[in-house]
Amino acid sequence: MANADCILIQGSNMAECHPVGFQWVMEAKLRGAKVIHVDPRFTRTSAVADLHVPVRAGSDIAFLGGLINYVLQGGHEFHEYVVAYTNASVIIEGDFQDTEDLDGLFSGYDPETKTYDPASWQYEGRAAPAAAGQREHGAARGEQHGSGGAGIGDDGEVHTDPSLQHPKCVWQILKRHFARYTPEMVEETCGISPAQFREVAEALVSNSNPERTSAIVYSVGWTHHTVGVQYIRTASILQLLLGNIGRPGGGIMALRGHASIQGSTDIPTLYDLLPGYLPMPHGGLDTDLATYLDNNGTDAGFWAHMDAYTVSLLKAWWGDAATAANDYGFEWLPKITGDHSTYQSVLGMISGDVKGYFVVGENPASGTANGRLQRAGLANLEWLVVRDFTDIETSAFWYDSPEIESGELKPEDIGTEVFWMPAAAHTEKDGSFTNTQRLLQWHHKAVEPEGDTRSDLWFYFHLGRIIKERLAAGTDDRDEPIRHLTWDYPTIGAHGDPSAEAVLAEINGWTLGDDPDPTHTDHKPVSGYTALKADGSTASGCWIYAGVYADGVNQAARRRPGSEQTWVAPDWGWAWPLNRRMLYNRASARPDGTPWSERKKYVWWDEEAGKWTGHDVPDFKATMRPDHRPGPDDEAEDKLRGDAPFVMQADGLGWLFAPNGLTDGPLPAHYEPHESPVPNPFYSQQSNPTRQVFDLQLNRSNPPVNDGYPYVFTTYRLTEHHTAGAMSRNLAYLSELQPEFFCEVSPELAAERHLTHGDWATIITARSAIEARVMITDRVRPLRLGERTVHQIGLPYHWGWRGLSKGDSANDLMVGVLDSNVHIPEAKVASCDIRPGRRPRGPELRRMVDDHYQASISAPARPDAPQGQVR
Amino acid sequence: MFGRTRSDRGRQAAVSVRKLIASWPAVRQATTGADRGGMGRAVQSERSATLEPRTDTADAVVGSICPYCAVGCGQRVFVKDGRVTQIEGDPASPVSRGRLCPKGSASKQLVTDSGRISKVRYRRPHGTEWEDLDLDTAMEMIADRVLRTRAETWQEHDAAGGRLRRTMGIASLGGATLDNEENYLMKKLYTALGAIQIENQARI
Amino acid sequence: MTIIDRSSTGTDVTLAGVGTPAYDREQRVGFFTDTSVCIGCKACEVACKEWNDVPADGLEFLGRSYDNTGRLSADTWRHVAFVEQPVATPETQAVSGMRWLMSSDVCKHCTSAACLEVCPTGALFRTEFETVVVQQDICNGCGYCVSACPFGVIDQRKGDGRVWKCTLCYDRLRGGQTPACAQACPTQSIQFGPLEQLRERAATRVDALHQQGVADARLYGEDPADGVGGFGAFFLLLDRPEVYGLPPDPVSTTRDLPGMWRMAGAAALGMLGLAAGSLLEGGRRA
Repeated sequence: MANADCILIQGSNMAECHPVGFQWVMEAKLRGAKVIHVDPRFTRTSAVADLHVPVRAGSDIAFLGGLINYVLQGGHEFHEYVVAYTNASVIIEGDFQDTEDLDGLFSGYDPETKTYDPASWQYEGRAAPAAAGQREHGAARGEQHGSGGAGIGDDGEVHTDPSLQHPKCVWQILKRHFARYTPEMVEETCGISPAQFREVAEALVSNSNPERTSAIVYSVGWTHHTVGVQYIRTASILQLLLGNIGRPGGGIMALRGHASIQGSTDIPTLYDLLPGYLPMPHGGLDTDLATYLDNNGTDAGFWAHMDAYTVSLLKAWWGDAATAANDYGFEWLPKITGDHSTYQSVLGMISGDVKGYFVVGENPASGTANGRLQRAGLANLEWLVVRDFTDIETSAFWYDSPEIESGELKPEDIGTEVFWMPAAAHTEKDGSFTNTQRLLQWHHKAVEPEGDTRSDLWFYFHLGRIIKERLAAGTDDRDEPIRHLTWDYPTIGAHGDPSAEAVLAEINGWTLGDDPDPTHTDHKPVSGYTALKADGSTASGCWIYAGVYADGVNQAARRRPGSEQTWVAPDWGWAWPLNRRMLYNRASARPDGTPWSERKKYVWWDEEAGKWTGHDVPDFKATMRPDHRPGPDDEAEDKLRGDAPFVMQADGLGWLFAPNGLTDGPLPAHYEPHESPVPNPFYSQQSNPTRQVFDLQLNRSNPPVNDGYPYVFTTYRLTEHHTAGAMSRNLAYLSELQPEFFCEVSPELAAERHLTHGDWATIITARSAIEARVMITDRVRPLRLGERTVHQIGLPYHWGWRGLSKGDSANDLMVGVLDSNVHIPEAKVASCDIRPGRRPRGPELRRMVDDHYQASISAPARPDAPQGQVR
Repeated sequence: MFGRTRSDRGRQAAVSVRKLIASWPAVRQATTGADRGGMGRAVQSERSATLEPRTDTADAVVGSICPYCAVGCGQRVFVKDGRVTQIEGDPASPVSRGRLCPKGSASKQLVTDSGRISKVRYRRPHGTEWEDLDLDTAMEMIADRVLRTRAETWQEHDAAGGRLRRTMGIASLGGATLDNEENYLMKKLYTALGAIQIENQARI
Repeated sequence: MTIIDRSSTGTDVTLAGVGTPAYDREQRVGFFTDTSVCIGCKACEVACKEWNDVPADGLEFLGRSYDNTGRLSADTWRHVAFVEQPVATPETQAVSGMRWLMSSDVCKHCTSAACLEVCPTGALFRTEFETVVVQQDICNGCGYCVSACPFGVIDQRKGDGRVWKCTLCYDRLRGGQTPACAQACPTQSIQFGPLEQLRERAATRVDALHQQGVADARLYGEDPADGVGGFGAFFLLLDRPEVYGLPPDPVSTTRDLPGMWRMAGAAALGMLGLAAGSLLEGGRRA
């Protein structure tokens, strides 16, 4: 990022949330890069940016769409890059209809099921992949950015028009789709003046060409929306048009907020994935291994080897019990049948279907949108295991939650059995974190944990050991996968800690050769995923991590000082895949293999040596000539052209238009947040038609465009705290820096609602009412949207009712409403009311919330309110 | 080059502890030629003269990574007598170049002084107090409950007869703050048990 | 010391000295705090407290922008000030933008340090790095230094009585290390090194900012001719010092005191005689 010439930070407050990473932005700025921050509030990031552009929370697609339109209308695209590396020239099915044709919907929408059938979004001449539309497809695929794309259907010629003139080619569709996103519409939707819009557009365009690159940085400010995936799609389209993907100083950087949140997606503690972004098999569809591979694999690119990745995973888990004869144990994998994400689990707790719950290093009682819904779930469990450092809100819900305070619940009435277990800290255990740049870094155990404190590795290993012992003598078929599970990690120390390096070695994988017994330690570690086979002769617990234990060496533990290496620093830690530091880096060279410019060279073709060379590991086959054209006998990666950089896509191209993989449209469109005081200026379709809404009393929604909830609020982090506070609100040194929950309001809103600086305010939604100290600041400004003024309120979400620093939880205000691709809640924007003073205590609190809701829904509808239900 | 000007020593009261007298600044001033002002080396106390950073006497320095956000800053953990005595940025890291934010800088307090509890706590159904519970007993009890709930809620087939082999009775939340190896064992064990409602912060 | 920091190949790693600026004993070192790149993260405040075991000092919400620390004190040796400045359009006077100044304040380690000069016990002393340090094994809590400091930096700790302030991490300096705040600072707003080098760097930086059109950028405390003989810890500010709560023209409270010293001289010499006598007596006994 230090190599960027322009950095657009949007949906991220990088200086506050990732201060040490921000040093690279400051370094780029020192070298002359222009730093732009687009955010509802003026933050510590804005303070050091060259330009801050205030934006209405939830309107980013309108703004980015405006930038796309500016590029398309002005001919500012990086033309050679776009034609060679994207699907701009591909011709789409004749019956595709755009939001322009259907007033905010794409073709294929079924209002009954609120889902799309993507059949009409396909490349002309290619039918949709077999399983598309029938399954939890978007969910499985939505998690796959950086890894594998969706398929593009059966074999058949893809029709293209390299002149980009065909009316149904992606380029023309794109131009028509975004023509509506004018600077005037941007102003009316986002509250951004045409002059400011132009300043951003010109900065990006003038810094995106063979000599220069621009980077985009986002975080959960983009993902926490009912159109979150489409936010990132919009940015991707913009960066592809500007030729900024796969080039140094370019790209789209997702800044993630937890030490190993990337790792826990790669090796997923997620319902819809197996390690390495392999989809969880789907009941009724993926009936056996061959069908699963057929339904989910592609025939070109690196995903064509999905059979090798899957079989190697099964071998890692079930060792010699996994054989060709039993489909390598594929049948032992449990099957998903729909959305089983965390909100569904909580609904299952409330309905009594989910009886037991493990919460490990999380704090849903104050850290998840709609905390009240979460606590209702906890109170209806049979048993709950919480592993953390202290007795956090989630383990203490039964004796001092807001519902206990309000008198709705009493401890005697709550039947949940709770096990609280002390968890070891990073200094007390060996292991690796994967950072936001896909870099695995090892932390060594420094001290023994005290008392009963144990690592989570210890906990799960010994829980598994006990369960295996209990079931060892049984014959029940359902226990077969437990009985055969490979689980013999060596243990060390007085507490019998399993060796984390042994687990890492299994994740890496090994060649089994003639000796398929995984307990044998003489297996040879594989050097990378290209060594994996589908014949049962290799094992790998997570194919994308294959190579992290190459040569029997813990590559993640490498700590060769950065000062002794090139700027790419390949000998520090290990990045997946194959220690590659930048994905899709083939795009850093021209189609003929020469660098776009001397200034931006990264990897390039060495004709003499017959291979790719440069600063990084090439993100494709190193010996593939730039002029390679696939023949009929070529397979997998060889089935892609030598100038197709996006090797995880089935066609090797960057998708401006996504024929598959998304549940809510092949192109992004601006929809209003689920709760918005503003009607959609673009279409009569108010909000994302596919968003997931859970209609139950505990999760009721504010009516949109309603005077009872006239203000927009957004939630965010502060530098001084961490997420729901379990790792900061118990620390005196951090708590004293931000001791209390506060709300940020503009002087204008304070005047309108009689709020006093430093005093209290109560913020109200249909879910709850919470109190916060008032911070009146010009850093939050009312936005002018045409004739309308929108006030925004800022709420840091770190607080809960326990710890050194206590306060109401902003998450209690939020509604659980989700993006349909990835089931992420819209935690970054909703509507509310605000009034001066503290909130009521006891039963009065619920009464006030309910009265406010009833008054709001029974008031006469505003003339500009969307008609009917806002689906 | 030390202090430049003379200060008023006249207010100094007599001290009766004789062993301290040798280190008195006024005496030092008289006996140390270079420090006429009595504000530099002459007044350097015994402690100051022997001061050294506590990290120099650590038993071990351990390479680590910050546990907060996903930037992945390098840390060095200093250990003395089995306790963490300092955590600071690792200048060798090409990711962070030795720097840490306030949270990373507070890591020592996180691991040593943040009210951590080191005993298992147990709350029985409808109970009003936490109770003590032996760790091994807790492990056996949790295994009991996993197997009981799994048996009670087992789904072998869907309505159409397709294999499901799962339990919808057990859910799990967490992983984003844990190690890759821990996530791996979690996913592996849960999957073998047929528990599918496994989630973490990535969706929250 | 064991180094648990190598891959299983046993590749040697370097742990000491990386990134620490070279400086010698007997060389004046200090801080250059470049507030133009400060992001207000407060890592300096925490890193200082962690290293120096400075107690936390309360959970009071001050509402002064993002500053809940308030000021430098016995329990706060680095303090980040936050100054919100709305920018108005000249024609309409409507707020059209913002400037948010952030600055990490610290003891100035004055060349002419009044605190040190009034200290009757020799608890305050000038180290071999020409920094000004309170020696806690000597301080008796008399408090004379508190009123002497023109910046209000030095302060008595409640329940302890002694005065405490930034030592520029004297122990770390003696070990050849960088002070904790400067090491942590994510954006190098706090720079540590030999003072002469820092002054050169600061002059270059302020020139660069002027060329970029940041006309208000100025150095504060870099001038040896100022009222305290220049700071050992000086600043680059983007506005007048008083905007940040700093005195615009600090003067050593003891600068005009030579006459007083002359008057006190006889008493001091008398004291010396007494002390020397005591020493001799003690020596004979030993």
